[in-house]
Amino acid sequence: MVARRWRVGGVLTAVMMAAYFGFILLVAFDKESAGELLAGGRVSLGIVLGALVIILAPVLTTIYVRWANRHYDPAIKALRKQRKQS
Amino acid sequence: MNKTTLGEPNAIAIVAFIGFVLITLGITYWAARRTRTSAEFFAAGGNVSAAQNGFALAGDYMSAASFLGIAGLVSLSGFDGLIYSIGFLVGWPLITFLIAEPLRNLGTYTFADVVAFRLRQGPVRVTAAISTLTVVTFYLIAQMVGAGNLIHLMFGLDYALAVVIVGSVMLLYVLFGGMIATTWVQIIKAALLLLGATILAVLVLAQFGFNPLTLFAEAKAQYGAGALAPGKLVANPLEAVSLGLALMLGTAGLPHILMRFYTVRDAATARRSVAYATSLIGWFYLVTFVLGFGASVLVGREAIKAVDKGGNMAAPLLAEVLGGTGFLGFISAVAFATILAVVAGLTLSGAAALAHDLWGHVVRKGQITGESAEKETMKVARYATIGLAVAAIGLGLLFQGQNVAFMVGLAFSIAASANFPALLMSMLWRRFTTMGAVASMLTGTLVSLVLITLSPTVWVDLLHNAAPVISLKNPGIISVPAAFFAGILVSLLAPEKAAVDGFAAAQDRMHLGPPS
Repeated sequence: MVARRWRVGGVLTAVMMAAYFGFILLVAFDKESAGELLAGGRVSLGIVLGALVIILAPVLTTIYVRWANRHYDPAIKALRKQRKQS
Repeated sequence: MNKTTLGEPNAIAIVAFIGFVLITLGITYWAARRTRTSAEFFAAGGNVSAAQNGFALAGDYMSAASFLGIAGLVSLSGFDGLIYSIGFLVGWPLITFLIAEPLRNLGTYTFADVVAFRLRQGPVRVTAAISTLTVVTFYLIAQMVGAGNLIHLMFGLDYALAVVIVGSVMLLYVLFGGMIATTWVQIIKAALLLLGATILAVLVLAQFGFNPLTLFAEAKAQYGAGALAPGKLVANPLEAVSLGLALMLGTAGLPHILMRFYTVRDAATARRSVAYATSLIGWFYLVTFVLGFGASVLVGREAIKAVDKGGNMAAPLLAEVLGGTGFLGFISAVAFATILAVVAGLTLSGAAALAHDLWGHVVRKGQITGESAEKETMKVARYATIGLAVAAIGLGLLFQGQNVAFMVGLAFSIAASANFPALLMSMLWRRFTTMGAVASMLTGTLVSLVLITLSPTVWVDLLHNAAPVISLKNPGIISVPAAFFAGILVSLLAPEKAAVDGFAAAQDRMHLGPPS
């Protein structure tokens, strides 16, 4: 269970880092596509992606908290009980 | 736009600010009667709820620099400001996934508790205290100088007087109210800041039919498509990644943020509190982005630069255009309150490093126990607080008129390279040793300091040398791997049996929590 927590945490960390550094690298290496205009020239791709990265952060943390509350906490509780009895 | 009243004494701002100070001092008085033990002083007795701690974390993190600075950056250079906003946010999910729960289960007041858990106390605590105090000092200088300048710009108050006021009020909060008072100051400040910024953003969007796209289109019409595209901030990909690394991992290594996880009941509450904080901070940066573009379009870049070249007054000017002098006063008071709260949080984490790590575990070797220990820790903590407050005021006065913007970057860089690698390795790597931790933390601190000194920001702009020794402005991409490398190398070269043996017990405690 503990290994699973590190795995879930690790995967989510990787997703967050990939999204962030993907964004940074896009901005740094390919300014033109980041500046590409969308929606009839009213917004750029960079701004849309940036806003998505911002929204992604709370979404990922919420996913993790839900998972941990539902699966991790009961498992830990059971383990603690087991330790006490033995 | 009409002439601004910014910089003239503003009655509403003064009333709002005095109101804030009086209410928070009232809370401090109430908290002082509940602050007897060191657990109450440093960790509010562990009685803070998840939502409260979420707001307090957000309050600790959303400094005036990010509110005024990022809104200013966006208003002057458009898209580029977004890179900073995102960087400041993305460390939070990492804290949730990797740091918050183990930290709560293993430690009592400081992150050094975790690193030192199965290692030798003395060397680890001393090094951790050095890196903590370095981070706190640079962050404090940046906040104090920022405070003096902002208050001077907003109220026309003398710089030195502003620095002394901020330092003294903060001292009262921390000295008497400890973590309980500081937490409530953060909560109130976070709520005010989010409320003020949100109202301002709604007023901006109301001008554009509540459609952000119309706002962006207007910015493009005024300043060209460049406002929506990456500009010169990220000229060099290496620099961009380096900045990103420092912002992301630095967040997860800031001592005053990590300390907040000890104020909640257990690991599950700590976890929920970061989720609240992440949402609040994400919301705040989205709103700030709208404010920046709003100021660009409605106030105008020239008018913003005329007041302050760095653009720091973009948000207050926008408030005046949209809500008149009264709203300007409210926003100014919120910015002042913001500085006050952040400085209090920093001082408390510095005091914890001095009293808990250095005094309790190094000078006294963790041997004093019972009631006299309690009294002694509190006494040392209070002296440390007074010392830090005096230092903060002194440094604020000393650095008057200096460009200190790089110091926040430096603090993040040291936090990312000195604190984060040691913290992560101590939790995950069985063979991590005392000397490995010391080497990692010292390497992170020193490499950051040296590289920033040799970089264009200090070597050329501050010391007036012709050319920088290295062209990299943000050392993260070198200093973070260097800290990991030093930790791994030293640990492998000189294995420590006791540390390996203690790993299983540390893992147990890390996941199951302290024995109840």
